[in-house]
Amino acid sequence: MSILVNKNSRVVVQGITGKEGMFHTEKMIEYGSPVVAGVTPGKAGQAVLNLPVFNTVADAVKQTGADTSICFVPAAFAADAACEASDAGIKVVVVISEHIPVMDMIRVKAYLKARGTLMVGPNCPGVITPGECKLGIMPGYIHRPGSVGVISRSGTLTYEVVDQLTKAGLGQSTCIGIGGDPIIGLHFIDLLKMFADDPQTQAVALIGEIGGDAEERAAAYIKEHFKKPVFGFVAGLTAPPGKRMGHAGAIISGSKGRAEDKLAAMEAAGITVVKALGQFGATVAKAIGG
Amino acid sequence: MNIHEYQAKELFKSFGVPVPGGGLALTADEALKVAQSLAPGKLVVKAQIHAGGRGKGGGVKVVDSPQEAAAAAGKMLGMTLVTHQTGPAGKTVGKVWIEEGTAIAGELYAAVVLDRAAERLAVMVSPAGGMDIEEVAAKTPEKIFTTHVEPGQPLWGFQARKLLFGCGLPVALVNQGVGILQNLVRLAWEKEATLVEINPLAVTAQDKLIALDGKINFDDSALKRHKEIALLDDPAESDPLERQAVDMGLNYIRLGGTVGTMVNGAGLAMATMDVIKMAGAEPANFLDVGGGASEEMVTKGFEVILTDPNVKAILINIFGGILRCDTLAAGVVAAAKKLKLTVPMVVRLEGTNVQAGKEILGASGLNFEVAGSMSEAAQKIALVAAGGAR
Repeated sequence: MSILVNKNSRVVVQGITGKEGMFHTEKMIEYGSPVVAGVTPGKAGQAVLNLPVFNTVADAVKQTGADTSICFVPAAFAADAACEASDAGIKVVVVISEHIPVMDMIRVKAYLKARGTLMVGPNCPGVITPGECKLGIMPGYIHRPGSVGVISRSGTLTYEVVDQLTKAGLGQSTCIGIGGDPIIGLHFIDLLKMFADDPQTQAVALIGEIGGDAEERAAAYIKEHFKKPVFGFVAGLTAPPGKRMGHAGAIISGSKGRAEDKLAAMEAAGITVVKALGQFGATVAKAIGG
Repeated sequence: MNIHEYQAKELFKSFGVPVPGGGLALTADEALKVAQSLAPGKLVVKAQIHAGGRGKGGGVKVVDSPQEAAAAAGKMLGMTLVTHQTGPAGKTVGKVWIEEGTAIAGELYAAVVLDRAAERLAVMVSPAGGMDIEEVAAKTPEKIFTTHVEPGQPLWGFQARKLLFGCGLPVALVNQGVGILQNLVRLAWEKEATLVEINPLAVTAQDKLIALDGKINFDDSALKRHKEIALLDDPAESDPLERQAVDMGLNYIRLGGTVGTMVNGAGLAMATMDVIKMAGAEPANFLDVGGGASEEMVTKGFEVILTDPNVKAILINIFGGILRCDTLAAGVVAAAKKLKLTVPMVVRLEGTNVQAGKEILGASGLNFEVAGSMSEAAQKIALVAAGGAR
């Protein structure tokens, strides 16, 4: 088992004919991900990497049975693409694109909620169930199948954590980059609920950063409901207030969104907090065995 | 993107939110002309910088005549204003706004703000206007009334009335307030602002509501479709080095320490700053060269870091991922040679072909120290920064 994606997923790539889309589709196929189709409006009938290309997601779903989508379309069209996937009956849509206007995301969330579509991202590295399905831009080879679920607001920081886990002898069930924007699809808590029901997942790594209160809310949920061991890290202890640290959502506003408060909430919830990032893998291995 | 109070007031005016008559001045002479064009009576001279708390720092002055307004403006222009929001260095005042004085009977707070948790716009009103709203929220949360705008819906009149009656306002003011709140919501949606704040929203002696201050923050990702808003950006408000970095496509923030950092990815960049601090040194900057980190971006990154005279050492932390480390190492070496780098550097690479990458760095003849892990990199850079063993 795993969550969100696995070897039985049927993946359609939106924006497959673009530079990024094509590059990463090739990497996903190399990893063995079950990619079945691509979509670029106006390019139906073409074949990219031996995959059929359709004008609409609805056509791709009808012809190939796609149930999962990944969007590489530019920010200006990404909200449209996510809603199209939802309308076509896609169950899980992963949005990699960065710089999508936040008002677009407010509308997208309402649209997807009404249709029961799950979204990962935007502004994220994607989702990977090691050994089965890589749906994103992460380097596949650092992952190993195993029992640790990873949820993170960041990209390369997630790779760092996963790499340490793998080197410490710990594989991963599913790793999700939830995205660095103020408004995102699935949150820590949504994914914790899925990990709670996933027998393969024995422990969870929760990687947060400054901005918002997602970590505090996750900690409150964990304290009340989540029984598996959780290991937490929060980036940005040295970040100054009022400055956007790369991610649109990574900003301390007044006294809100500080790393200290997030770490304190995690500790109060019984989460094992790792302060020095270099020790993450070793800390988890020591606690649950590598 | 933030804008000045006077720009916010001009936008308020165009969206039907009442503001006092006023004008902008860059010199004392201009201030005199603006003041003479306004209604006779008290005048307020306000320094235009992107920070709150201006009154306490001497950035707001109430005067009785155009001549006094000109004198106050002359004093303010060019002064360095330090408030709790500017940082210790303060900000230089380059513009003043002069407006007609208002006889104030009461002060409210009103704002439309992106509520990340609720994933929609929140409208907040409080009878505790003119105060730091965070403090009000912490000490007397019952004095803040909040409602949410449903996606694709306006702020309905009843929603606004609930807030305003909650504040204890009489009917005449509630009716004015409904229009103001609806206009603020319209402004936020149409111009894609994540914060539109009026503090204080004054009740005048004549029982009128009027915006005496204005703060608006726009969504950077949406500026492309609002050219007229993008034009409101004031270059004088940001660090010149940060501005230069933005033009190069880099995410750079200057911090004040001595260890320059160059990292791919925002989260890893923040984590790298944190480990430097934990190892006993101070990061000079945040710099994210992008998840993909190309040679071109690394070269630009070096250029920006080295422009900061505080930098005594550089830590490069790249998680190669899909990018091959040998390619990246060659890029770092080429960039360092091109810029004739002499600052000591610790390089930590991880990813595909990491061994080949380290060999390229080792054979370069440059002042590199290679680290195998985050922890090791932090220890090494702290030593280097302290001028210790190399």
